Amino acid sequence: MISLQATRATRNHMTVPKMAAPKQASRDSRAKMAAPSSCGPALSLRVVAECGLSKARACELRLPHGPVLSPVFMPVGTQGTMKGITARQLEGLGCRICLGNTYHLGMRPGPELIKQANGLHGFMNWQQNLLTDSGGFQMVSLVELSEVTEEGVRFRSPYDGEEILLMPEKSIEIQNALGSDIMMQLDDVVSSTVTGPRVEEAMYRSIRWLDRCIAANSKPDKQNLFAIIQGGLDPALRTKCLEEMTQRDVPGFAIGGLSGGEAKDHFWKMVTLSTDRLPRGKPRYLMGVGYATDLVVCVALGCDMFDCVFPTRTARFGSALVPWGSLPVKNKQFAKDFRPIDENCGCPTCRRYSRAFLHALFRSETAALHLLTVHNIAYQLNLMQSIRESIVEQRFPQFVQDFMRTMYGSQERYPPWAVEALASVNITLE
Amino acid sequence: MKLSLSKVVSGCRLGTLTNLGKNGVQTMELPGCLLYTKTGSPPHLTHDTLQAIKGVPAVVQLTLSTLVELHEVMEEYKEGIGKFIGMPESVLYCSLHDPGTPCPPGYNNNKTVSIWGYGGRMEMTASKFMSMQRALQPDWLQCLSDGDTISGETTRKRAKKSVDRSLSFLDECLQLQKKSPELQGSVMVGVIEGGDVLEERLRSAKETAKRPVGGFLLDGFQGQAMAKETKLKLMASVTAELPEDKPRLIHGIGKPDEVLECIERGVDVFESFFPYQVTERGCALSFSYNYNPDPEAAVIKQNGIQDAGKNGTEKDINETSKADPEITLFEIFLKEKRYRDDFGPLVHGCTCYCCQNHSRAYVHHLLVTNELLAGVLLMMHNFQHYFSFFHSIRDALRDDRLDQLKELIFRQAL
Repeated sequence: MISLQATRATRNHMTVPKMAAPKQASRDSRAKMAAPSSCGPALSLRVVAECGLSKARACELRLPHGPVLSPVFMPVGTQGTMKGITARQLEGLGCRICLGNTYHLGMRPGPELIKQANGLHGFMNWQQNLLTDSGGFQMVSLVELSEVTEEGVRFRSPYDGEEILLMPEKSIEIQNALGSDIMMQLDDVVSSTVTGPRVEEAMYRSIRWLDRCIAANSKPDKQNLFAIIQGGLDPALRTKCLEEMTQRDVPGFAIGGLSGGEAKDHFWKMVTLSTDRLPRGKPRYLMGVGYATDLVVCVALGCDMFDCVFPTRTARFGSALVPWGSLPVKNKQFAKDFRPIDENCGCPTCRRYSRAFLHALFRSETAALHLLTVHNIAYQLNLMQSIRESIVEQRFPQFVQDFMRTMYGSQERYPPWAVEALASVNITLE
Repeated sequence: MKLSLSKVVSGCRLGTLTNLGKNGVQTMELPGCLLYTKTGSPPHLTHDTLQAIKGVPAVVQLTLSTLVELHEVMEEYKEGIGKFIGMPESVLYCSLHDPGTPCPPGYNNNKTVSIWGYGGRMEMTASKFMSMQRALQPDWLQCLSDGDTISGETTRKRAKKSVDRSLSFLDECLQLQKKSPELQGSVMVGVIEGGDVLEERLRSAKETAKRPVGGFLLDGFQGQAMAKETKLKLMASVTAELPEDKPRLIHGIGKPDEVLECIERGVDVFESFFPYQVTERGCALSFSYNYNPDPEAAVIKQNGIQDAGKNGTEKDINETSKADPEITLFEIFLKEKRYRDDFGPLVHGCTCYCCQNHSRAYVHHLLVTNELLAGVLLMMHNFQHYFSFFHSIRDALRDDRLDQLKELIFRQAL
C-alpha cells in the first residue's frame, strides 16, 4: 500500500499542461493557509485545511457566481427547479451551487429559449452557481432508449418519440447556452455492474469525447468544463483514464461511473484510487453520492463535491433524514408524535412543525413534500458544514467517530466497507 | 369580537372586526376574505412562502372535512389546532365543508350531518361535533347545520327541514358550548338555511338572530342550482333581518363579480378557495381591480383582458392539454403556447414574489414539465392578487368609487 506521503509526492510531479503549479501547503495547515490556485480562468481553489490523518480537505472554490466552500453537497434541480421549493428558500438554506440537467432542459424548454432568458440562471432566477450534467447518465438510466456510437448517443425522446443524437459537441453547445458555472463532459457511461470489453471501450471513448468537449467549449473563460474519470471497477482501466485525463487542461475532475448498483467494497476502492491520482489543487467531484455515510467516508478519501437526488426524492416519498437514519413520517407510527423531526435541527420545518402534522399533511397536501424537502436539504447542507468545520478545526477523525456512533448505535452495526475505507486513511473506528 | 361599521354605501358595509383571537388583539377589515387552507395548510405553501405574500388575511379558514380524521390526534395533543398547524398566532375559523368539494346530497337526517373526510363519510351528531371542536379549539366555528339544499330540486319540505334541523343543532351546540371550558373564548357562527324558499330563509334568519351567536353564515348559496336572481334577492332579504353589529359570512362565492354582488347585499366575509381553484387549473388571476381611470386602461391592455378573452382558442392550446372548461375571464391559462417565450411577469405591476422574480415563460415551463413549483408560484400570485382585490374593494368604498370598481370588474366578466 502506497503511503500517503509518497502519493502526495507523486502528484506533485505530474505534469498538467498550461497550469501554474499550486503553492504547496504544509501538512500542518493550521500554521499557513495556501493561496488560491487558479484551476482555470473561471475557477480557483484554495485549500483551507487538510486533515492530518485522512485525505479530507476543506477548500474554498471561487466560481463565476460566487464562492463555494467544500466539502459541498449539491442538491439536484433537474428541470430548472428544486422541486417544490423556491430559489429564495434554497438560497436561505445556504445552498450556493445546485444542479440542472442538460438532457431534460435540452428537451424542454430547449437551449434556444433558455439562451433568450439569459441562461439557466436567468430562466430560473438562481443567482448562485449552477452545475449541469452532460446528459450522459441518462444513457444508463434510459438505456432502452439509447444507442452509443463513436459519434454520440442516440436517444428516442420519451416525449414525442423523435430520435435525437447527442454528440459531445451538442452537449457542450447546450450547456454553453445554459450558461452553467460548471459543465460536465459528455462521457460514455456504462453501468458499474457491467464487465468486459465494453468498460474499456467506454473509458477510451470518454477520453476522446473529453477532447471533443474541450474543443467545443465556446466559453472557457466563464464556464468550467470538468472531466469525468471512467473505467468501471477495474483499477487498471481507472488508472489509465486518470493518467490520460489529468494531462488535459481542465479546471476540475469528476469521478464517474460509480454509485450505481456496485458493491460498496469495490466502490470505495475506486474512489480512493482516483483521489490518489488527481491533482491536489483541483476540485474532485464524486457524482451521484448522497447518503450520509457515503459522504463522510468519501470526504475522508479526498472528495470535495457531491450530488444526489436521494435527499430530495426521499422527501417527496415521505422520509425525513436525521443523524440516526431516516424517519418515514408518512407511516402511522408518527400520527401522534408531536416532536419536530429533529429537535437539534434549526431548519424552518423543524422550528415550526411536528412529525404528527407532517404525517397528517402528507396524505393529501403538497406542502408536506415541500416541508420535508426543505428539511432534507438543510440536513445535507448542515452535515457538510459540520464535516467542514471539523476539518478546519483539526478534529475530523473525531467527527467521524461521533457520526458513525450516532448513525449506527454500536460498532457491530458499522458497515464493514466503511470501516475498511476509513481505516485505509488512518481512521480506525472504535 | 366587536364589529365597528364606518360606512354603509349602496348596501355595502365598510368596517372592522376587532378583539379577535385568543389574545383579543387581532383585527379584520371588512369586507374581507379568509385564508383558505386544507388540512390546516394553505395549499402548496409553507410558512416561509406564505410570509412572502402581501395582505394575508388575519383569519384562517379551516375545514372540518379536512381535519375530521385528526380527532383522536388532537385530543391527545390538547393544545389546539392553531399550534398544531404552525399558526399559533392566527385567528381560526372552522367551517364544516371544504368549498372545493361539494357534498353528495341525501345523507343528513334529524340527528346527524355527514362530513366528507379523506377517509370517506363521517356522521356527526351535535355531541360528536362539539367534541371535535373542543379538541380543535378554533376562534370561530360554523355551527353544525344541514345545508343539503343545493343539489337542485329542493322541495319546500326539504327547505323547511334544513331550517328546523339547523336551529335544533344550534341550540344543542350552544348548550354544549356552555359546558366546554375549552370553547369559552370561541364564537359560534349561526347558519342560515332555507334553500330557495323565501319564507324559510326569513324564518331561519329571524330565529337564528335570536340566539347568542357571534356571526352569521349564509349557507346554501353555493353551486349552480339556484338562479342568480333568486340567490341575490334571498341574500338581501336575509341580511335585512340580521343585526348590523355581527359579521355575515358566505361560503362558495369566489368570483370577483359575484363577490361584489354579495357585498352589495350585506355580506362581509368570503372564502379564498377561488384563487386555489385557479391555481389548480394552471392559471393566474389577471383581472384588474385598479379603478383609477387612465393608468388602469393601459394595465388592462397589458394584462388579462386581452389575454383572458382568448382563453382556450384552438390554435393557442398546447396539444398535450386542454384548458379547463371552468376557466373564467379573470385569469390566463399559462400552459398556452403563446406564453412559452413570454418573459414578462404573470401580471404587469404585480408585486408578488412570482411576478417580481419569475416570468410567464418559466411558469409555463413548470406547468409543461409537471413540476411542483408551478403550484407554489401560482398560489403565491393568486392569493396575493385576490387579497389585493379585497383591499381595493375597501378602498373603493372608502373613496366612494364603488361604481367605478363595479364597472371595471363587470366589464372583465363579459
